[in-house]
Amino acid sequence: MSVAQEVYSQLAVHNSKDLLRFITCGNVDDGKSTLIGRLLLEAGAIYDDQIAVLQSDSNKYGTTGGRIDTALLLDGLEDERQQGITIDVAYRYFTTQRRKFILADSPGHEQFTRNMATAASTADVAIVLIDVTKGVSVQTRRHAYIATLLGVKQIVLAVNKMDLVQYQSEVFQRIVDEFRQFATALGGVDVYAIPLSALEGDNVTVLSRNMPWYQGETLLGYLDHVRIEDRLSQASLRLPIQRVTRPDANFRGFSGTICSGQLQCGDEVVVLPARSKAKIKSIVTMNGELNRAEAHDAITVTLDRELNLARGDMLVPRDAEPRITTEFQATIVWMSEQPLVIEKRYWLKHTTRKTPCEIKTLHHRTDVNSLARLSAPVLRLNEIGFCTLHTTEPIVCDDYQTNRTTGSFILVDRITHETVAAGLIAGDAESNQPGYWSSASALTHAKRQQSLVRMEDREAQYGQKPGTILITGLSSSGKTTVALHLEQKLFEAGKIVVVLDGQWLRMGISRDLAFSAEERSENLRRGAEIAKMLNDSGQICIAAFVAPSAWVRQRTRELIGGDRFLHIHLSTHVEVCRQRDSTGQYQAADRGEIQNFPGVTYSYEAPDDADLYFDTSMQSPEAIAEDVYQRLTSKWF
Amino acid sequence: MIEFRERYARQELGLNVIAYHNEDGVRDGINPFDHGASYTDIMRTQPLKRALTQFGFDAAIGGGRRDEEKSRAKERIFSFRDRNHRWDPRNQRPELWSLYNTWKATGESIRVFPISNWTELDVWQYILQERIPIVPLYFAKDRPVVRRGNDLIVVDDERMRLEQNESPVNMKVRFRTLGCYPVTGATESDAETIEDIVHEMLTTRCSERQGRAVDREEAAAMERKKKDGYF
Repeated sequence: MSVAQEVYSQLAVHNSKDLLRFITCGNVDDGKSTLIGRLLLEAGAIYDDQIAVLQSDSNKYGTTGGRIDTALLLDGLEDERQQGITIDVAYRYFTTQRRKFILADSPGHEQFTRNMATAASTADVAIVLIDVTKGVSVQTRRHAYIATLLGVKQIVLAVNKMDLVQYQSEVFQRIVDEFRQFATALGGVDVYAIPLSALEGDNVTVLSRNMPWYQGETLLGYLDHVRIEDRLSQASLRLPIQRVTRPDANFRGFSGTICSGQLQCGDEVVVLPARSKAKIKSIVTMNGELNRAEAHDAITVTLDRELNLARGDMLVPRDAEPRITTEFQATIVWMSEQPLVIEKRYWLKHTTRKTPCEIKTLHHRTDVNSLARLSAPVLRLNEIGFCTLHTTEPIVCDDYQTNRTTGSFILVDRITHETVAAGLIAGDAESNQPGYWSSASALTHAKRQQSLVRMEDREAQYGQKPGTILITGLSSSGKTTVALHLEQKLFEAGKIVVVLDGQWLRMGISRDLAFSAEERSENLRRGAEIAKMLNDSGQICIAAFVAPSAWVRQRTRELIGGDRFLHIHLSTHVEVCRQRDSTGQYQAADRGEIQNFPGVTYSYEAPDDADLYFDTSMQSPEAIAEDVYQRLTSKWF
Repeated sequence: MIEFRERYARQELGLNVIAYHNEDGVRDGINPFDHGASYTDIMRTQPLKRALTQFGFDAAIGGGRRDEEKSRAKERIFSFRDRNHRWDPRNQRPELWSLYNTWKATGESIRVFPISNWTELDVWQYILQERIPIVPLYFAKDRPVVRRGNDLIVVDDERMRLEQNESPVNMKVRFRTLGCYPVTGATESDAETIEDIVHEMLTTRCSERQGRAVDREEAAAMERKKKDGYF
C-alpha cells in the first residue's frame, strides 16, 4: 500500500471511532492523578519528549521518591504544582484502536463541587475513585451524587491501592457491596467495579497477576468497550434557532445545531413559542443541500412559508412538543461566591434564548454529603438546591432527565456577568416528590368489589359520619396528648373512634422506615390509607403526624377526601417543644443521632391552609380537645 | 508565512488583513538573540494587545487547542480578558453543556478557541479532507540548517545570527508547528504532501510543540504569557 492509501485507510478508521467523554472523581490522596497519569502514559498519549520532562519534574516535585510520578502529567497550573492540588477542570485527549476519549479531570474537594458539575455536564461515564484503605466515604457518595445528578448514567467504581491490602478480594467486595447499596438511592445508574493499583499498574491497562480472582476488565478495557448511548439522538427533534440568515431578499434561512432527534425535508414542524406550523423546505449546509440531518449537525433550514422566526425560537415535531412555560422547578448548583438571593433578577440562558428570571422559592437544599433535604434561606457556593423559577419570557424546555440540552440552563448575574448557577429543569412537580403517592398498583386489572353493607346503613347504625381529623405539628407540640383527649371525649359520646399516631405506626407497620423526607412521606401515606379504610368502614379516625411537607399533607387530604377531612395544626413554638422534649428526640437530634429532624435540621413547612390552629403553650391539650369536639358536633354529627 | 498570508488571505479570500507591527521594536532592533524572553513579549504580546485595543475588537478567535500545552488544558472555549487583555485562571466562567456565557462588560474582550477539543491529528485530518491550502513550510524541502542544542534551526536570512564556527548544511526538513522565526526548530522529514504529514503524525513519538523554544524558557512559560495578555 502506498503511504497515501495507508493514511486514508487509517483516517477512515479514525473517523469511524466514536467518542467517549468521561470524568474522574477522587482526591489527590486517593491516587487519582497517579491513576490518570498512568492511564495516559500506557495508552500511548504521552510523547517521548514529554516523558523526559516528566522525569526531570518527578525529581523536582514528585512524591514517589525518584520514580516517575505520573501524577505530574496532569497538574497544569503553576500554583497547583507547587501546592500539589488541582484547582480547575483539565481536559486530556487520547485514542485507542477503537475509540477517541476526552477525559475531564475534576477536583475532589467539596469546595470544587461546581467544577465537578461542569465536567460531569457533558460526560457519559464517571470514574469514582476509592482508596481501599478508606472505603466508601462521604466524598465517594458526594461524587456519585453529583455525577448522576448531572446526567451520568454509568459509574466505574475504581477501588485503588489494592497493593496496600495485599490484593484481598474480601476487602474489595465489601466496598463494592456498600457502594451498590448506596447507589440504589441514585436512581438507575449502572455501576462497574474494578480493583486496581495505580502505583503498581494493576488493572489499569494490564490485567493484574496479583488478583486472579478478578474476572472483569481493566480500566482501559472498560472504557474501550462500554456502550455509549447517545440519548439525544433518540430523543424528539429539538432545533433551537441560533441565527437568521438573510444574505438577500430571496433567501431566508434559520441556522442552528440540532440538539436532538432527526430532521428531513418535508417534515412538518411547529415553531415555538409562537405555535406556527410549517414544513421543512430545504436543509442547507456547507456540503450542499441535504435530505436529512441528525442530532449534533449544524444546519440551516428554510421553510415552505414566510414566517418570522428569531434567535431563541425552537423547531419541534408536531407530535412531541416540549413544555412552554414561564414558571418551572429546577435543581440548581450554585457557582458563585455571592449567595443566591430570592427574587433577585438574574439572566437565564437556555439553548439560544436569554430572558430575565427570578428565583421565587428555594424549597430546600440537598446536603451533598448526606443527601438530606434541609431548609435553606439562601444557597451558597457549591450548594445544590431545589427551587421554583419565574422567567419573563417563556422558555421551551424538556426536563433534564429526558434531554440534557433542552433541560439545562445557566443563570448569569446582571451586573458582574458571572455564571452564578447551573440549572437542571425538573419533570412534572409530582415526579420530584417522594414516595409512592402517584405510583400505580402492581395489580393492573384490579377492580374493587363493593361491600354488601351500604354506607348509609353504617352511619345510621353507628350514629356518626366517618372522617379523619389530622393533627400536625412539631415533635412534642402535644399532638398525641390532644388526640388522646379527643378520642376519650368522642368515645364517651358513644362514637367509634381510632387514634393513628405517627410514632406508634413506626413501632409496627412502619418499622421499616427511618426519617428521610421520602420515609416521612411514606409513613404518612400508610397512615392516610389506613385512615381511609377506617372511614370507609364507618369509623372516625384521629391521626397525629408531624407531617412537615405541605405537598404530602395535600396528598393526604386528597386521598381521604376533602369532605371527610379536618386538619388541625398545633403551632406551638419550637423552643417550647424543645423544652418539653417528651421523647428525648431533640437531644438526640442535637447530638446528630437523628437526621432530618424537623425544627432542628430539617425545614418544617408550616401550613397556611389548616382548618384550625391551636397553640399548646396557650391552651391545655384538654381544652383544645374540647374545642375541637364542640366543632365536630356541629359540623359532622 | 507572510507571503502565504498575502497570497491566500488577502488576495484569494479577499479578507481585510490588518498587519500590525511594533514599530518601536523594529526600530530598536529587538531580536531573540540579544533580548531573550523579552523578544516575544515586545514583538508579539504587546503589539497584539495594542492592536486589539486600538481597533476595539470584542473577540479574537484563535486556533489554540487544549492538547497543545498544559496551561491550555484548562482553557475555556470563551476566555475572558480584562482591560489589559490579561488572563486570570481563577476568574474564568464555567462552561457547562454547550451553554456559553458571552455577556461582556465594556473594556473586556474575549478570546475564543472553537477547536479547543480538536487534537493535532484531527486538525491535519481536516486539512486533508477539505484540501485546505497550507504554508509551504509544513512540507519537507532541502533547507540550510544549523544545529543548536537539540534544535535544527533553518537559516532563512540574516536574522539568524550564526556563531563563529557555525556553517549551514542542507537538510531535508519541515516544520511541524510554526512559531517565531528563528526560534522554532525544524525536524528532519521526507513528508512532501499532506498525506505524508499525516502519516508521520500517526507514527511520531515527539510532541507537537517540542520545537518551540519559547515553551522551554521556564516552566509554565505559556501560562505566564497568557496572564500577560498573550493568546
